[in-house]
Amino acid sequence: MAFQIVEGCVSCWACLPLCPSGAIYEARPHFLVEAAKCTVCEGDYADPQCASICPVEGAILDGLGLVANPPGSLTGILPERVAEAMAEIQAR
Amino acid sequence: MRLKVLSRDTPVALAAESGCPSGGCGGAGDALSDLPEVIRDKVRDHPCYSEEAHHHYARMHVAVAPACNIQCHYCNRKYDCSNESRPGVVSELLSPEQAVRKVMAVAAEIPQLSVVGVAGPGDPLANPERTLATFRQLSETAPDIKLCVSTNGLALPGLVDELCRYDIGHVTITINCVDPEIGARIYPWIFWNHRRIKGGRAAEILIEQQLKGLEMLAERGVLVKVNSVMIPGVNDRHLEEVSRVVKGKGAFLHNLMPLIAEPEHGTFYGLMGQRGPSDDELGALQEKCAGGMRLMRHCRQCRADAVGMLGEDRGDELRLDKLDGLAVDYEKAMAERRQVHAAIEAGRQAQEKGLQESFVSSAQIMRRAIPETRPVLMAVASEGGDLIDQHFGQARELLVYEVTAQEVRLAGRREVDRYCSGADACGDGEPLLRRTIRAIEGCEAVLCSKIGYEPWGLLEEAGILPNGEHAMKPIEESLAIVYREMAADGRLYPPVSSEQRLTA
Repeated sequence: MAFQIVEGCVSCWACLPLCPSGAIYEARPHFLVEAAKCTVCEGDYADPQCASICPVEGAILDGLGLVANPPGSLTGILPERVAEAMAEIQAR
Repeated sequence: MRLKVLSRDTPVALAAESGCPSGGCGGAGDALSDLPEVIRDKVRDHPCYSEEAHHHYARMHVAVAPACNIQCHYCNRKYDCSNESRPGVVSELLSPEQAVRKVMAVAAEIPQLSVVGVAGPGDPLANPERTLATFRQLSETAPDIKLCVSTNGLALPGLVDELCRYDIGHVTITINCVDPEIGARIYPWIFWNHRRIKGGRAAEILIEQQLKGLEMLAERGVLVKVNSVMIPGVNDRHLEEVSRVVKGKGAFLHNLMPLIAEPEHGTFYGLMGQRGPSDDELGALQEKCAGGMRLMRHCRQCRADAVGMLGEDRGDELRLDKLDGLAVDYEKAMAERRQVHAAIEAGRQAQEKGLQESFVSSAQIMRRAIPETRPVLMAVASEGGDLIDQHFGQARELLVYEVTAQEVRLAGRREVDRYCSGADACGDGEPLLRRTIRAIEGCEAVLCSKIGYEPWGLLEEAGILPNGEHAMKPIEESLAIVYREMAADGRLYPPVSSEQRLTA
């Protein structure tokens, strides 16, 4: 099953040159993965490259259609901790 | 299509008129005189490395590098607003070929252009093919233009030799910390060896690469500027240590910049309510670091596609689609550029020579001031040259100088209406005016070309002396005169508390 780029992608180009199978292409309103070409990086890298560099939570779905970088995974602050972290930061 | 030529009549006239009359700008302020000749030559026409050069020369950034290999909490990659000015933001992404076309056209339009940099909008070295292709082509077609690059440093050690091949003489590395624990609060992740790495380990690798890259560049004689973003409660107390470390590893210049964080920017810090430093906090930090390290105080935190003199951005006016129709006679443009740069240098040399021989201006004025007088902060409205040539109400920034009996020194600059923040800035002028006055709190005088009745009254109320008497006169000389007048009025005797000073 192929990875997918979905809404939320900001077309930052980071993933495109990393894809070992050339499956990612520039499109509007955002970049896309050509499903037939995607190998999920198997045989090339331990981690899927697009999902490993994407800076936006939720913009990439894995082979099962699940969000590869769920909320809080990239900021390091899980959703249930946001209020607490915000109070801490605002006290600086 | 004919584009508007420079804001001044002719570049040659600019050269003849400009230049600092006193030693504060090129001498003490820049401290260029204490540098070996080979380095002085490298920074003399680079507006980001020499405070004096930024009065005379222009720079441009070409936005060819979209991708990034790290995440910083002060950056949001999806934001693009033509009204917004901060690093990491661009309006159009260029291919290397488009970038070269744009440089050629802009260089013909702005003959003061001396420097072209790649600064983003991502990390230039996370896009090595695009960045290096741009440098390769520019080093062939515009060999007289200096090339520089800004980077987060993660990919730097592996690319140092490539950068040297294209004679990149200036590199800026953003180093916000040298302690991974602090780094973990600034960088949530990095992309390294084909994996995403989070937390302290990510910061540790990043810092290691940054410092290694810095050392490698310094060994090869490349001038390195280190940018550090001051983030209160995170790295503010740590930046003195950063300054010491980067100096020890051969950095040429340290640029301490205030965090820019507003909720509307959509950055992590902006959304979470992390504050930026006050002008006073930034100034105090700069003072602490100034003893050990050459500091940059005139940084304008440009966008990654900024074009023009430092502090002005003609990026929108000089967008590629507007330039594409222009037929550029490159040979002619290069000859004109050579001529303009020579005129600028001749003007600067004449001024420097004049200073050495007669030095009638501020030095003598200063000598007459009583040495016991205290330092005074004064604000200046200027269009970006070294004249007092701006209307107070039209200033987008005010330059703050510290004036003493011995010298006039640029202490910093205060933004006045940098962001479009709705009615507050775009609607009626009153709140803006009060904000402007608040921005120059601590100053005792403001020099401008003209000033309205209302701001005059409000400034006086705030204890700041408005002064329009030196319109179109050189900044430093005028400040020295005002200082002498204040001394003669008996306003500058022994240090008074700031509270007394404001109501004096």
